[in-house]
Formats: sequence, C-alpha cells, structure tokens
Amino acid sequence: MPEPREIERLLRDLAPRVLATTARRTGDFAAAEDAVQEALVAAASRWRDGLPDEPRAWLLRVASRRLTDQVRSEVARRRREQLVVSLVPPEDQVALAPDEAEHEGDDGLTLVFMCCHPSLTTPSAIALTLRAVGGLTTAEIARAFLVPESTMAQRISRAKQTIRASGIPFELPAPAERADRMNAALHVLYLVFNEGYAATSGPRVHREDLAAEAIRLARRLRELAPDDPEITGLLALMRLTDARRAARTGPSGELVPLDEQDRALWDRDAIAEGTRLVEEALSRGRVGPYQVQAAVAALHDEAASTETTDWPQILALYGLLRRMADSPVLALNEAIAFAMVHGPTAGLARVEALAHDRRLAASHRLDAVRAHLLERAGDRDGAIAHYRRAAGLATNLAERDHLLLRAARLADEGVSARR
Amino acid sequence: MKYMLMMNTACGGGARDYEIASWPKRAIQDHIEFMIGFSQRLAASGELVAAEGLSSPDQAKLVRAGDDGRPVTDGVFPESKEFLAGFWIVDVESPERAYEIAAQASAAPGRDGRPMNMPIEVRLVPSGPPEV
Repeated sequence: MPEPREIERLLRDLAPRVLATTARRTGDFAAAEDAVQEALVAAASRWRDGLPDEPRAWLLRVASRRLTDQVRSEVARRRREQLVVSLVPPEDQVALAPDEAEHEGDDGLTLVFMCCHPSLTTPSAIALTLRAVGGLTTAEIARAFLVPESTMAQRISRAKQTIRASGIPFELPAPAERADRMNAALHVLYLVFNEGYAATSGPRVHREDLAAEAIRLARRLRELAPDDPEITGLLALMRLTDARRAARTGPSGELVPLDEQDRALWDRDAIAEGTRLVEEALSRGRVGPYQVQAAVAALHDEAASTETTDWPQILALYGLLRRMADSPVLALNEAIAFAMVHGPTAGLARVEALAHDRRLAASHRLDAVRAHLLERAGDRDGAIAHYRRAAGLATNLAERDHLLLRAARLADEGVSARR
Repeated sequence: MKYMLMMNTACGGGARDYEIASWPKRAIQDHIEFMIGFSQRLAASGELVAAEGLSSPDQAKLVRAGDDGRPVTDGVFPESKEFLAGFWIVDVESPERAYEIAAQASAAPGRDGRPMNMPIEVRLVPSGPPEV
C-alpha cells in the first residue's frame, strides 16, 4: 500500500506533465485543466489500494475520458490519417499515443508560458501557475495566500476563462515573443518567492511553503530551458536569499534586519549552491537583472559582517541594474549601498530624490530606509518619526513590530541620554 | 454482400475500465499497430464500408423509458459484463471472405503479444431484397 504522502508527491510531480500533454493533444487548455483536476482527485482515492503500473498513462487516460468532445475531434483529425478500430477505446488511443519523449520538454515550457500569459492579471497568473505547474490544490493555494478557498477557486476559474476567450493556442510562443514571455514567467515565480519570503500581509514574515515552491518551480523551469542564464540567475537569487531565512526572524517572530542577523544561522549549503549557480550564469555572457541581483546577494552572503561587506562592488552592481530595470525598490537598495560607501548623508540625498516616485507612495520602505539612514547619521528624532511612519504603512505584522521596536529603542536611548 | 463484424471486450477490474487498461503499454501499442495495419489492408482492398471504435464503458448507460416516458438511465455495470468495443462493416464477395477477415481481427495480439483469438460476431447486413 502506498503512503498517502507518496501519492501526493507523485501526483504533484505528474500533474503538470499530464496537463501539458492533455492540453496539447486537445488544444483546449481550460478543459484540459478541469479534466486533469478530476483525474487527480480520482487518483488520490483509487491509488490508495495500490499504484498503477504506469501512473502517468493512467492519469492521461482518465483525463482524456473526461474530455470526450475534444477527444472526439482529435480522433476525427487522426482518423483522416489512420482509421483504427481496436480494443483500445478512441480516447485511450489519444492518451497513449507514442510521442511522449520528444514533446515533453516543449509541453512543460508551453504550460508555464500559458499560465503566465500577459493577458492574465498577476494574481491570476500566480494562482494558475501554482495549480497547473506546481500541482498544488486550490485549498493549498488559498491557505498560502490567506484567502478563502472559494475566492481562490473563482480566481483560477476566471483565469481559465480569460485564456479560453483570448483563443491563445497551446503552443510555444514565436521566437520574437519568447524573451518577453520568459520574463513574464520569471516575474511570476519571483513574486511567488517574495510572497513566501517576505509575506505582504499576515502575522508571519515567512511562508516557507511558497518560497520552497517557487524554488522548485524555478528548478523545473531551468530543466526545461537550460540555456537561459536568467532562469539560473533567478534560482541563484532565490537560494541565496532563502539561505538567510533562519536568521531573519527573532524569538517572537519579529524581523531581524541584515546588519543584525546571526550569520552563523545562514544555510551554508544554499549559499554554496547559489554562488555556484550565479557564477555559472554570469559566465554565459548574457547578463540580466536576476543574475545581477543574485551577485549582490552572493556578496552579502559571503561577508562575515556588514562592515566587511564589499559595498563598493555592490554599489557598482546596482548601477548596472539601474540600466537594466526601472524599479524604485532597486533604487532604494542602491541608495543604501551608496550610504555604506559614501556616508549616510549622501545616501539620504539619494533617497529624497526617490520621494516623488508614485510607486513608492504607499510603501513603508521609503520611510524605513530614511529612518535607518537618519539613525546612522545621528538624527535620533528624525529616525524615530520615520520608523513610526513606516510602521504605520507596513502590512506585514512582523515587519511592523520590528519598525516599532526600532523607534521605541531609539526613544528609550533618547530618554536615558537626556538624564 | 455486407457484413457487420463486432468485437466485444470484458470489463477490467473496477468495472470502469476495459480489460485492456491493465495491459503493459508495449502490448497496447502493439495491439493498436496491428489494428491500424488491419484497417489499412481492408481500406486498400476496397472492402471497408464503415468502422467505429466505441468509448470506454465508464461512459456507457442503459436507458429505458420510465412510466412517464422519460429516460431512466442505469450506468453501473457488473464487472463480468461484456461490451461492444468496436465494429467494422465490410462489403465482400462471400460469407467465407467475411469469416476470413473476422479471423484476422480475432488474431490481434493480446497482453502477452500472442494472438488473442477472441470471438468476433459476424452478422449479415441485408442490403436489399434477398436474391432469388
């Protein structure tokens, strides 16, 4: 008897492959997705009595049977080429057609591109990717994003309607479009990772399941397109960032900033893998923003302390990044690096130049960085005011607590200094 | 004269699959390949009129009219039941030729790759007034 967890792992691995094949053979992604979900549900209960000899073929067959109409038209198409009555029902002939190996890689990529299609809203693309590529159930995704299951089900269903209505064919994008579509896919994976690593809402900073899932998906994407150095760069960035997870929260769940982290808690294996990956990617000579961000993360991870960090090099890398990507968050990070090299006052001038960027208006980050640099510059009252303002804007509770604690500590120091 | 050749198959375990669902993949592919060749030969000889393979039994229903004339469906079948898996209609010179064709289909390879020699039901399709 297989263990339920063994079945779950197997299904999670098989789900995207079965979906990709089914979608290609029927040409209807939305219907294929529904059918594969039904097949997964059937497998979860029936495989408890024993795994089938060919689990992948089993799922393909059951999914194909749910798709009678589409299968019929596919059979009709094939019939023009070959008419066959046999003991194998027509839908199974579609499921068992012997062209697995040559299509598998392309199908997997097509599936990722489909789920991250630009016509989808970002939350829809994320939800669809986690379900269709990650093999997560709707309930699991809903839990990870702290929304009711019915909301998540609605989001996924709308995403599928959008794909169906847009008539996007289930095939690899044309070479001219491919770079843009890959960027969209990497962006979705990065957002999933960030949501896991720095949750935008809720009580905890980390949601390990999402970060781990993003890393797993990035690995899978890298297998499918091994020649793209930006995928490797993204995977490296995720590993190098996730390596600090254990040091990133304090005993009561509060956020511990990089300069105060106990670096002995960092995951050395993850750092070693991430560093190796970023070096491999950069050696390809097609440098992109994820590779550069990974290089920055590697410099942080290699340093024994904030003081011994190679800030001039980090500043140079941010300069490189600014030319590749227009991101206010990256510009803020650059201002911090600038302050580390040229002093907090010079850094503050950089930050003020960003204050008019509308994209930062609702974010707590601008005030948090201001407060941090004011503290370093010795302006205690200014720092307290900005820490408090940042806390008011923060939506993650652990981050808010950290900012309030910083303000309170400075206020206490102020009181004892005046005595 | 036209004949309908009918091929039946047993349900496999679980009452929802054809028995063939439990075969090794290689055997299934060999079986399909054999049947493709069989059909191509029939088409090439000009004897093939029509042929259809039918969906698996999990989509099969037994339907009767209820007292109000509306359909009453019954869809759960015992495992032992045999199902029509597919049929061919051939137009041939003699009943002997129809039997010969049926025997070829009967010898399709099975689970172990050897000829199954399964029963093929051969029925005359009358195509006009009987000849006198």
